[in-house]
Amino acid sequence: MISFSQVHKRYPGGYEALCNVTFEIAQGEMAFLTGHSGAGKSTLLKLVAGIERPNSGSVLVNNQNVGVLKSSALPYLRRNLGIIFQDHKLLFDRNVFDNVMLPLQIGGFDHKESAQRVRAALDKVGLLKREKANPIALSGGEQQRLCIARAIVNRPTILLADEPTGNLDADYASDIMAIFKSFHQVGVTLLISTHDAGVLQSHDKVRVLNLKQGVLQSNLATQTPL
Amino acid sequence: MKRLLTQHLRVMRVAFTRIFNPPLAGLLNTLVIGIALSLPAGMYVLLQNAQGLVLQLSGTPQISVFMSMDSRADDIETLRKSLAQNSAIEHLEFVPKDQALQQLKQSTGLADVIGGLEKNPLPDAYIVRPKSGTAQVLDNLRTEIAKLPKVELAQLDSAWAYKLEALLKFANLAVLILASLLSLALIAITFNTIRLQILTQRDEIEVSKLIGASDGFIRRPFLYFGALQGLLGGCTAYGIVSISLLLLNHPLANLSQLYASQFALNPLGLADGLSLLLFSLYLGWLGAWLSVARHLNQIEPH
Repeated sequence: MISFSQVHKRYPGGYEALCNVTFEIAQGEMAFLTGHSGAGKSTLLKLVAGIERPNSGSVLVNNQNVGVLKSSALPYLRRNLGIIFQDHKLLFDRNVFDNVMLPLQIGGFDHKESAQRVRAALDKVGLLKREKANPIALSGGEQQRLCIARAIVNRPTILLADEPTGNLDADYASDIMAIFKSFHQVGVTLLISTHDAGVLQSHDKVRVLNLKQGVLQSNLATQTPL
Repeated sequence: MKRLLTQHLRVMRVAFTRIFNPPLAGLLNTLVIGIALSLPAGMYVLLQNAQGLVLQLSGTPQISVFMSMDSRADDIETLRKSLAQNSAIEHLEFVPKDQALQQLKQSTGLADVIGGLEKNPLPDAYIVRPKSGTAQVLDNLRTEIAKLPKVELAQLDSAWAYKLEALLKFANLAVLILASLLSLALIAITFNTIRLQILTQRDEIEVSKLIGASDGFIRRPFLYFGALQGLLGGCTAYGIVSISLLLLNHPLANLSQLYASQFALNPLGLADGLSLLLFSLYLGWLGAWLSVARHLNQIEPH
């Protein structure tokens, strides 16, 4: 599903973000990407989504080599991904409902069907009653859940989450982890980056990829929490 | 197919609401485009009218033959005979001086002034309608008639029309240049409006790109925006030209009455009006397209 092979990523200016990273995540697997900030977690996720391209090595997503994909083909790759951004990237010029509607408009879905899907996604994250609200009126945890609703409304096969519990207190964080677990149970592939070791403790057996200064430290199939 | 149509309708609606958000900015933009387009369009209509008039006048050239004041009845008859013999003349009409004075009284409203005259200052005259010919042939005929006895002055009435025609050709070119310049201005206005739009929608563009929007999807609302704004500007220009012509026609009717003719400005025709709207729509679209091509690539998600 996601496969990195000897991937190097150097940003202009010479900063080496990822160095010789090789790993594979199978379909339906749930994996955590850990490491301190600056370790290259966000860069790795950006490579998966084609937001950045590797300097060398290959990044395969759904058997497509993202690194050499034409710009015009990128949108179709991204429609199969659900991305949960660290900074949410919500649009404050429209209400909660329309924020979640955006991916379906892009996909060209029929309005009636879209509305049903949007409500289902909002229900899933517990925001159904706030559909008319402006995202700016939502709390941090609610904004994060809104971002999740937008990422899943398209029913993606792969879900990427960049620090989804970064700024949240423990209660909210465990809510969100429970949502992720439910996606895992229906066969969605998940790659979740976090610097928060507490998150891992709530999972008894998880796949953990640990990055340190751009180098993959451990790549264990399953690992008991720290 | 239906899906594509609903998508386009949605985008059109979005573009329309964006044009008038804030309303004042949208109205001002539309007005600026409308005024810019109404200048060449209005001048074009005036030229078309003038050309119609010239065609009408130069199509039936006349030579007015004024006799000298001391002409007597037999002089008039002699001249009639010699003119009637001329094979280049198709029609001949005699205007006695009394009749000419009456006409002048009725049509100019100068009855008081004319009534105060001691004697009729107008000469007897013939109005000669020649068989049609080039300006040169007509001028030769005029010279020929002028040499006949008791002819004071022979005037080719349409001579000015030929000169005007040449002048109109020049004016046509001027309008064309003006239209090109103002079209460029329209493109520039749209280019800049779309640039600002792109800046305001920056977040939306970035997010849309991140969640899989194709370039076409992102471009579409801006292209609709430009085309719609151009179209609205075109409609405004059409309105400005039509209303101006209506306003001008009333005083013009008075004026043309003074010249004893019935002349009214024709409004912008259906075909010309439609061309104006399509052209403004195209220019708006082009401005938007150029702007989008220039600015959209600069927004890449990070």
